[in-house]
Amino acid sequence: MNVLYMLWLRQIKRFVRARSRMLGAIGQPLLFLLALGYGLGAVYKRAGQGDYLAFLVPGIMAQTVLFSAMFYGAMIIFDRQFGFLKETLVAPVSRFRIMLGGALGGATTATIQGTLVFVVALLLGFRPEHWALVPVALLILLMLSVAIACFSSGIGSFVEDMQGFQAINQFLVFPLYFLSGSLYPLNNLPVWLKAITVLNPMSYAVDAMRDVLIGQTHFGLAKDMLVLSVTLVVLAIFGAYRFNRIEA
Amino acid sequence: MTKPIITLDHVTKKFGPVTAVDDVSFTVAEGELFALLGPNGAGKSTTIKMLTTLLAPTAGTLTLAGHDVQHDQEAARKSFGIVFQDPSVDGDLTAYENMELHATFYGLRRAETKSRVQELLTLVELWDRRDMPVKRFSGGMKRRLEIARGLLHHPHVLFLDEPTLGLDTQTRTLLWQYVRTMSQTEGMTVFFTTHYLEEAEATADRIGIIDHGRLIALGSSAELKQQTKTKSLEAAYLALTGSGVRDEEVNPHEDWRARHRARSMR
Repeated sequence: MNVLYMLWLRQIKRFVRARSRMLGAIGQPLLFLLALGYGLGAVYKRAGQGDYLAFLVPGIMAQTVLFSAMFYGAMIIFDRQFGFLKETLVAPVSRFRIMLGGALGGATTATIQGTLVFVVALLLGFRPEHWALVPVALLILLMLSVAIACFSSGIGSFVEDMQGFQAINQFLVFPLYFLSGSLYPLNNLPVWLKAITVLNPMSYAVDAMRDVLIGQTHFGLAKDMLVLSVTLVVLAIFGAYRFNRIEA
Repeated sequence: MTKPIITLDHVTKKFGPVTAVDDVSFTVAEGELFALLGPNGAGKSTTIKMLTTLLAPTAGTLTLAGHDVQHDQEAARKSFGIVFQDPSVDGDLTAYENMELHATFYGLRRAETKSRVQELLTLVELWDRRDMPVKRFSGGMKRRLEIARGLLHHPHVLFLDEPTLGLDTQTRTLLWQYVRTMSQTEGMTVFFTTHYLEEAEATADRIGIIDHGRLIALGSSAELKQQTKTKSLEAAYLALTGSGVRDEEVNPHEDWRARHRARSMR
């Protein structure tokens, strides 16, 4: 049987067996969606921008995936602490496949969580512009998940313990999220903020999702997909490189 | 002596200024039960880590079943099974799933996997618990599962790094029984470390003693006793290594696992 498949399946099984984690991971994004969507909706509408909740949904889906896939790196630290990592390190399988199999599993669970947020949004009255494009949105979500899961694998490979991982995680996740256009339009931003959002790959993933789901785009879908694809490749190389350097 | 299956040729491992293994050379013959003994920090685990591709030597060459451990890593990895000092099973998976995952890593066919897993889990008396998540296993059950897993892919060599640490007498006795059975039926070589000298004396054909990174004695238990003019292996061992206590530095993960293990054994 295929090693990639079995390592992917391992992550899925762990995810299914820890249902509290699944709910916990979508709780925070849903809080953002409800509090901000309804809290700022009136102001947004008065500013002539339309439906804020609809604007927010793609960004919150991307947030869910960002938070969940970033947490995947913690799995490597758990595997190291509970010893299972050594079993994989002496196996006659390339480190790249081991890293990728797990990361694909982590990315799949993140995408499932992002999809659950989408379902909740539908219950709240959100409607995508074209139903036919929803699978494309999920594909974008999956690409973002894989990129971030590879990134967090790389981080999990060289951080010594959970505390260190959490510190790096917080340090990276919140800027990536808040400086991405998930919560606000990228037009008419102050120059410094605009400069940061343009450099943040998350902005492009969010923009792509928004284009596909509600027909609003800042960069254009072609540019979004190009940046997302390049980011995916670069982060997969980063993850593989760091994972390859683990010594027991 | 039959042909060697493990060869260490002038192997040295340095960690910065510290020399953990210092110019060690010896061979282990095919089918032999070999014990590597030594005080804490003497270089036992470092030697096993180099033989099992987890660490690269600073100098020298290691050969396993005819494969250069450094340059022919994949073939070398296929030729051995290992039971680490600390648990290395996935607690979220069941015993069967842990075995299945291992079989995948080593490229076993599906039909073969099924019968082999049943055979080995039956041997270590865990077949009835095969669908239980491993996190509910006791320390001894986890260790038995790891032995079964280490044997799954018909390795030429089985490495056991202090396999009986923290186990009760019943489990220790059983564990050596499994190892001897498999060694005889499959012609497998066993390379182990232990702090229990009576285990080495009862099980090993030959014993190597390592201290301060150097191999200071090599031979059967009887030869070591004769060489040191002592009556027991323990007396021979103390005569060779002295009776001072050793302090060993640990890395944070090993320290964490040791504490975790101590908790789970209670």
